[in-house]
Amino acid sequence: MSANPYIPILVIFAIGFGFAAFSVGIAAVTGPARYNRAKLEAYECGIEPSPQALQGGRFPVKYFLTAMLFIVFDIEIVFLYPWAVTFDKLGLFGLVEMAIFIGTVFVAYAYVWRRGGLEWD
Amino acid sequence: MTFTAPVLNYAQLAPMLIVLGGALIGVLIEAFGPRASRHASQLFITVASLVAAFAALVRVRNQSSVDAAMGSVGFDGAGVLLQGTILIIALLSVFLIADQENFTALAAAVPGSSEERESLQLDLRVTEVYPLTLFAVAGMLLFPVSTDLITLFVALEMLSLPLYLMAGLSRRRRLMSQESALKYFLLGAFSSAFLLFGVAYLYGYSNSVTFAGIQASITGGSGNDVFLLLGIAFISVGLLFKVGAVPFHAWSPDVYQGAPTAITGFMAAATKVAAFGAILRIFYVAFANAEWQWKPALVLIAIVTMVFGSVVAITQRDVKRMLAYSSIAHAGFLLAGVIALSKSGLDASIFYLFAYGIATVGAFGVVTLVRDSAGEVTDLNRWSGLGKRSPLVASVFAFFLLAFAGIPLTSGFIGKFSIFSAAYETGSTAILIAGVLSSAIAAFFYIRVIVLMFFKDPVEDGTSVVIPSALTTTTIAVTSLITLILGIFPAPLINFIESSAFFIR
Amino acid sequence: MTTSTSLVYLIALPLLGATILLLAGRRSDKWGHLLATALSASSFGVGLYQLSQMLNRPTEERGVSQKLFSWISVGSFNVDAGLLLDQLSICFVLLITGVGTLIHIYSISYMSHDENRRRFFAYLNLFIAAMLLLVLGDSYLNLYVGWEGVGLASYLLIGFWNQKPAYATASKKAFVMNRVGDMGLSFAIMIAFATLGTVSFSGVEEASHTASKAALTAIGIMLLVAATGKSAQFPLQAWLGDAMAGPTPVSALIHAATMVTAGVYLIVRSNFIFDAAPTAQLLVVIVGAITLMFGALVGTAKDDIKKALAASTMSQIGYMVLGAGLGPAGYAFAIMHLLTHGFFKAGMFLGAGSVMHGMNDQVDMRRYGALRKFMPITFITFGLGYLAIIGVPPFAGFYSKDAIIETAFNAGGVKGILLGGTALLGAAITAFYMTRVMVLTFTSKERWEDNQHPHESPILMWLPMAILAIGSVTTGFLFTRGHALVNWLSPVVGEHAESEEMLLQPMVVSGLALLAVAIGVAIAVMKYQRADVETVAPQNVSIFTRIARKDLMQDSFNEAVFMRPGQALTSLLVKGDENVVDGAVRGIGRTALGAGASLRKTQTGFARSYAALILIGAIALIAGIWVVTQ
Repeated sequence: MSANPYIPILVIFAIGFGFAAFSVGIAAVTGPARYNRAKLEAYECGIEPSPQALQGGRFPVKYFLTAMLFIVFDIEIVFLYPWAVTFDKLGLFGLVEMAIFIGTVFVAYAYVWRRGGLEWD
Repeated sequence: MTFTAPVLNYAQLAPMLIVLGGALIGVLIEAFGPRASRHASQLFITVASLVAAFAALVRVRNQSSVDAAMGSVGFDGAGVLLQGTILIIALLSVFLIADQENFTALAAAVPGSSEERESLQLDLRVTEVYPLTLFAVAGMLLFPVSTDLITLFVALEMLSLPLYLMAGLSRRRRLMSQESALKYFLLGAFSSAFLLFGVAYLYGYSNSVTFAGIQASITGGSGNDVFLLLGIAFISVGLLFKVGAVPFHAWSPDVYQGAPTAITGFMAAATKVAAFGAILRIFYVAFANAEWQWKPALVLIAIVTMVFGSVVAITQRDVKRMLAYSSIAHAGFLLAGVIALSKSGLDASIFYLFAYGIATVGAFGVVTLVRDSAGEVTDLNRWSGLGKRSPLVASVFAFFLLAFAGIPLTSGFIGKFSIFSAAYETGSTAILIAGVLSSAIAAFFYIRVIVLMFFKDPVEDGTSVVIPSALTTTTIAVTSLITLILGIFPAPLINFIESSAFFIR
Repeated sequence: MTTSTSLVYLIALPLLGATILLLAGRRSDKWGHLLATALSASSFGVGLYQLSQMLNRPTEERGVSQKLFSWISVGSFNVDAGLLLDQLSICFVLLITGVGTLIHIYSISYMSHDENRRRFFAYLNLFIAAMLLLVLGDSYLNLYVGWEGVGLASYLLIGFWNQKPAYATASKKAFVMNRVGDMGLSFAIMIAFATLGTVSFSGVEEASHTASKAALTAIGIMLLVAATGKSAQFPLQAWLGDAMAGPTPVSALIHAATMVTAGVYLIVRSNFIFDAAPTAQLLVVIVGAITLMFGALVGTAKDDIKKALAASTMSQIGYMVLGAGLGPAGYAFAIMHLLTHGFFKAGMFLGAGSVMHGMNDQVDMRRYGALRKFMPITFITFGLGYLAIIGVPPFAGFYSKDAIIETAFNAGGVKGILLGGTALLGAAITAFYMTRVMVLTFTSKERWEDNQHPHESPILMWLPMAILAIGSVTTGFLFTRGHALVNWLSPVVGEHAESEEMLLQPMVVSGLALLAVAIGVAIAVMKYQRADVETVAPQNVSIFTRIARKDLMQDSFNEAVFMRPGQALTSLLVKGDENVVDGAVRGIGRTALGAGASLRKTQTGFARSYAALILIGAIALIAGIWVVTQ
């Protein structure tokens, strides 16, 4: 260990700050500055900003609901990968546990479904 | 890379699994059950799973092992006591929650909107609160028995997320309730981030996330002390936030006030038990040998917390906010037990948690009873003269306040006494002095409420005490009885705790 | 020490009564008062039985104890809930249950028109139980439980008519001032435990032989603070006058005979501490002397009959505390005065209640006069109590007060002369103001309002008064015959030490005392019997009278010294929280989040301040740990 144990921290801070400054700086220097109407809009994720929507231009809450559902199932997949890799070693135990896990996710799914979370309108 | 299938001790995990199973059934009932019978079946499932979990816990009460779940869960005497406490408090709180008058008809509706009016007319009920409670309870059960940092974090999130939602379910003053839920969520997420940050540092320090591994590294003294320092500090922030220690307390008055009162009671009592269980375990097991690093800072936090909670409580005009500040002060007293870092400190903390949790549920139970036509009345000025109108309810509340104040013949006295003597034995004289002084300040505002209830003229504005439901009555009766019995005959429980409370390493 | 299993009944019987009456509620309205009286009387019976048992045993084995249960067992600290009945506590047991039962009987009639009579009796029983626990506890902690219990019961009883705001305020005042004293007791217990390692009487007594003087002095002073709170001694005396708001039987039981004497009990019980801590003992004497003068002076200016009696109680307890502070020479006399006072003062309070009963609850003595003709029994019983309190031989007060004055004179040196002089002067003033009460109420001209028809009280009321009057006549003689009480108590409070050189012979002291009394009586008779007394207190009186009417400015004193600074401190803290803490948080939040203007708009309320606070806290925590580890 070096004489001053705080040097690593300092270095981390320095690198972090340097990276942020560098990114902003380099973008300003090298980036093309060709603005058009679409570029100046708030988001570029495919949704038309709708200032005329209810209550001052917010997204309908349905987007978030759907997004959250997506994340739930997304994470499920993340868990399924390692299980698939070690399937042989985990054997029956792994199968049962994973069935329970998927079962619990389906409980959530059933709730959303029955309560109308999947209906767009 | 070799990979071994995990081995789980299902008997020891049973209490948590039962509660989680109950919660899942609850979600299914929400999905498929007929609306008319939902409330009854949810209540049944919730009570049944809590009771079954308690029974499962009793069955394995004498076991202890580090291998309940591959070294992630330490099952030992202290864990059993804390889990039992949480289950008892949860059951009593569920009885309060069962009085649905406090809960909104439709949580998703915008306050004041036509949907809300419609749902009120349809007399809908947010029965989701039961599975949410069970999920939170499962997280709380896991929190104090986690023996690695990852499990600790998962448990923290598991108990927090349902609570964020539950805080927003109040039937009256919807906006305030939602605001409190959002605040709780934002700040909770913020503090969780600190905790996670701390986990990372500790892993960097010891190459291990288990408490045992961290303890070994500290004893060996090989790691980078700065990582240890930052790890302890950040983990403390995350945990101290949950118990509401100063300066991480700011959320609690707002959330206590905004949340439905039954939920506030549950949150104040059970969360505190779970979080202090986790704090006790991590400081007693993982950080014990780094005592010289964290102890002075924690002593300072404890003192500031006691004094701040007690002093600010004096100025409160709202009974729920007052109880929130009182709970902050109690967090300070409980930290004295953590700092003691001794067997007697552990015993005293567990006793205090039990006594305080029970009294808290009872006190909030009483608060749910004082209402006018627009719902609960929490403005203290409107409580004046309550003792003349409803002597029994006011006396019970006064009794709980006396227990909080630590007046002899209540459980609070024994709790405070044992925790301060434990702190004193280990040489924390400053804590003792601050504790006694802030107890005196605290006694002042508790007595002030009692005076207000019994010696001021009643206000004629429709404030009245409703006839409690059978379940609410049960909770209030049981909690006040336990508070009294623990004040007069604490010896059996103290002996029981002394003989069984220990942390497995 | 002998053990007994029946001590607990002393406490259990009245406690049972309180429980039944409170739980049964209105259902027990018809018979509740009878049950309460019967249970109090049976507790007295148990007390008598215990006394007879005690008399049958040799002197050394008279104390009995009973272990109830293991109460607290925390670490090295073990307290058993246990009872101890010895020669000292039996005196109190009989006084409490005996006088208590008489007052129960009296209250049956006195409270008969009150719709909450049952509740009143429940509280009375509760009080008796708590007071018995106080005197029977075998450790300071058990005593403390009883101590808090009587505080609670007296609070409930003073505020019994709490529909009147002034009465509720009075009970609050009593409660708060008592808490100050209670803090003293709890500190004493803590110090005892910290330095001596035990809180039981026997344990502390044993440890006191070897303990450091500083610790014993600290314990003694804290015990004295406790005693001043409970016994309305200077400087915590202010509540007693206001406590007269309670029903008169309460004043008789709690504020004359029993609870207010708990402080004296505490000091005498802790004789081993005070004997080993002369500084604390000296303070006891000073407090006693100041209070006896204080009470006497206040007594001269009060027009409310109960408040005059309350001031006199304060003064008489001052005598007891003075006696108790004189060490082994005075303990027994303090207890003797306590017992005789229990009789005559309770009797006089009941007499005052009887007068009020006959005068439509009028308490202003300026509206009395010539009641002798209409209330002969009250007049006689009150008169006997009066003769006792001013110390006319052979009435009880003569023996007990005389003994204290004499012991004070013989305390040695300048101290003796000062104390004796104070006690003597106090006796003269006592004679003056008690005669004033007597004359204004019973003998002077009628000054009633028109619609009043004074009448004698019913038998249930005058019978207890008569019994107490007999006590006021005989007890002094009985206690002193052959030094009965002194010898009886000596195993508990130590051998009675007669001082070697006497400053004044007993006969001289008695003569001086009688002279002082005669002067006091004469002045009062001249001033009030002959002259026309105005029915409204005159306002153009000397500054001294005005100050005395205001209880020698004690409320102003309390307000200036305790209340104002306390309030200022509180509001300062509140302001500090609002301005400093919130301001700082906002300020730092503004700086830290200054760039995030758009972010701020999406945030609600003050969550940002909270988060900033958490951040600051985290930084401070890291800094704290870092500083420590360097």
